[in-house]
Amino acid sequence: MSIETRDLTHVYMSGTPRAIAAVDGISLRIEDGEAVGIVGPTGSGKSTLVQHFNGLLRPTSGHVLVDDTDLWGAGAAGRGRGRRVDLRGVRRKVGLIFQFPEHQLFEETVLADVSFGPRNLGLPAAEIKDRVAEALRIVGLGADGAEGIGRRSPFGLSGGQMRRVAIAGVLAMRPSTLVLDEPTAGLDPRGRAGLLDTLADLHHKLGLTLVVVSHNMEDLAFLVDRVIVLDKGKIVGDGPTREVFSRPDRLRSLGLDAPPVVGLMHALAARGAKVRTDLLYPEEAVAEIMRWLGTRAKGRRGRRPSGGARGKDGAGEGGDGASVHV
Amino acid sequence: MSMFRDITIGQYLSGSSVVHRLDPRTKITIVGVFMVVLFTAASATAYGVLIAFTALAVALAHVPTGMLFRGLRPILFLLLLTFVLQLFLTRGRVLFELGPLVATWEGLRLGVFMVLRLLLLLVVASLLTLTTSPVSLTDGLEAILAPFGVVGVPAHELAMMMTIALRFIPTLMEEADKIMKAQMARGADFETGNPLRRVRSLVPLLVPLFVSAFRRADELATAMESRCYRGGTKRTRLNRLKAGALDALAAAATAVMALVVIGLRWWPFR
Ligand SMILES: Nc1ncnc2c1ncn2[C@@H]1O[C@H](COP(=O)(O)OP(=O)(O)OP(=O)(O)O)[C@@H](O)[C@H]1O
Ligand SMILES: [Mg+2]
Repeated sequence: MSIETRDLTHVYMSGTPRAIAAVDGISLRIEDGEAVGIVGPTGSGKSTLVQHFNGLLRPTSGHVLVDDTDLWGAGAAGRGRGRRVDLRGVRRKVGLIFQFPEHQLFEETVLADVSFGPRNLGLPAAEIKDRVAEALRIVGLGADGAEGIGRRSPFGLSGGQMRRVAIAGVLAMRPSTLVLDEPTAGLDPRGRAGLLDTLADLHHKLGLTLVVVSHNMEDLAFLVDRVIVLDKGKIVGDGPTREVFSRPDRLRSLGLDAPPVVGLMHALAARGAKVRTDLLYPEEAVAEIMRWLGTRAKGRRGRRPSGGARGKDGAGEGGDGASVHV
Repeated sequence: MSMFRDITIGQYLSGSSVVHRLDPRTKITIVGVFMVVLFTAASATAYGVLIAFTALAVALAHVPTGMLFRGLRPILFLLLLTFVLQLFLTRGRVLFELGPLVATWEGLRLGVFMVLRLLLLLVVASLLTLTTSPVSLTDGLEAILAPFGVVGVPAHELAMMMTIALRFIPTLMEEADKIMKAQMARGADFETGNPLRRVRSLVPLLVPLFVSAFRRADELATAMESRCYRGGTKRTRLNRLKAGALDALAAAATAVMALVVIGLRWWPFR
């Protein structure tokens, strides 16, 4: 689904001294099938922004369009009760997964909890069963799914499993867009890797549009093609992941970090190495560094006959190479 | 949807107004006296005095009235219900009839008084927590309850429990807001349907809310224990309470207000 906001503003506690424009005049468009990341320092309005994408929050002013339909009618600012968009329909199609979604579990069994969404849609029992099994399989709880974990209480599961169950609960609604707020926060490395793989599959194999809010730049480098940077409720950057992350100094001025690989490549470049700095993944970095070492070795071999006496230089380079190799 | 966030009871708004600067013991006592007096009020004049007293306190506290009134929004329904019940269920001279229901003049009067009573109660209670930091609120409560220690009242523990409860109201409201949204994202509907359906629709909200409350309680207990917290005996405190001229003035004003309102009750020409 495409999601668009036009001059979207959301003010919390308006009319009190603590009134705050958490989202301040944001216009953006996310096309169907995109994978977009949203980053920004704490309190920059990321969570507030994404809660508009499925109509959970009503804009103070401005518009939210899902598949080019204005969720709040023509005059969003007005309280007019004219043509109402079916918000529940929108929420089915745009699945929103909150931060720590495991805190929303409530049923006695995993199966019952995952089926909460489909039941709210009023689907027939057989269909609900299918969807629940499918959703649990997608999040990797399928193998022992229906019978194994399905009959257990969600409160007896590990944190990582609970999160998967909660995500399955949203997937069971078969959304075509998935919005996730800090999906990997608080997971151990293995849980995180597994979840990232699941999300990547949802995007690449099932074609879901993905919007991911995260503080973890590595997660974003892995998942999304485009990154939007927020600060104090405004967009301060928007572009291909590679481009946004290739300027770590700008991110750092907002209190954010680029992925470690970007830092490494910049550090190498700053020390005079002729390497590309717009790389995001460890594999790319290894290949690039090897390439660079290769060209250096070749250059050195070419040079050696004339400058053979400068052993000191050669030793230094050998040390460099070794440290990168480790 | 963020109705939970509007409730002002239990929130603290730091400031330096005269009301903020009053000794917490004074404020708690005044609120106590006010509540008792409130229940003796039975005439328009008495309510007038109480309203004036409250208005003065609000003005002196520099608390934005908008904020106070937003805090009342969630109980509007309760107020309306109270009013309607009083209006129709009190016997007396007929005001108007609505089918089988008869509204009376006496009902109108009682209804207005009841609503005023609830409103004043809430405003004054909100004002106390808005202008008193949780720490001084506990200190005040504890100091007031301390004399009852001799008859076995665990003053410190009671005060601590109340502070913790007050401290967690806003947190739980926030949590409720979040869980409600999360369930709405899964197609839950909290707004339509018959009463039974609506009550049932609260289960997905209440279960996670209780789970989270217990989790928080557990975390808090651990945090307190790991900092060696143990009951009230022989604890010393960082700030000692001091009452001053301001407190004397406030107490005097309250005494006058109380005497007038109670006096009006037995005043022959009201
Ligand atoms: N329900 C609410 N009521 C009042 N203020 C709120 C509410 N939710 C958020 N805020 C405020 O709005 C601002 C933006 O909050 P938001 O949660 O959108 O930021 P965020 O970018 O998601 O931050 P984080 O990275 O910490 O999750 C913050 O200043 C926050 O205190
Ligand atoms: Mg957030």
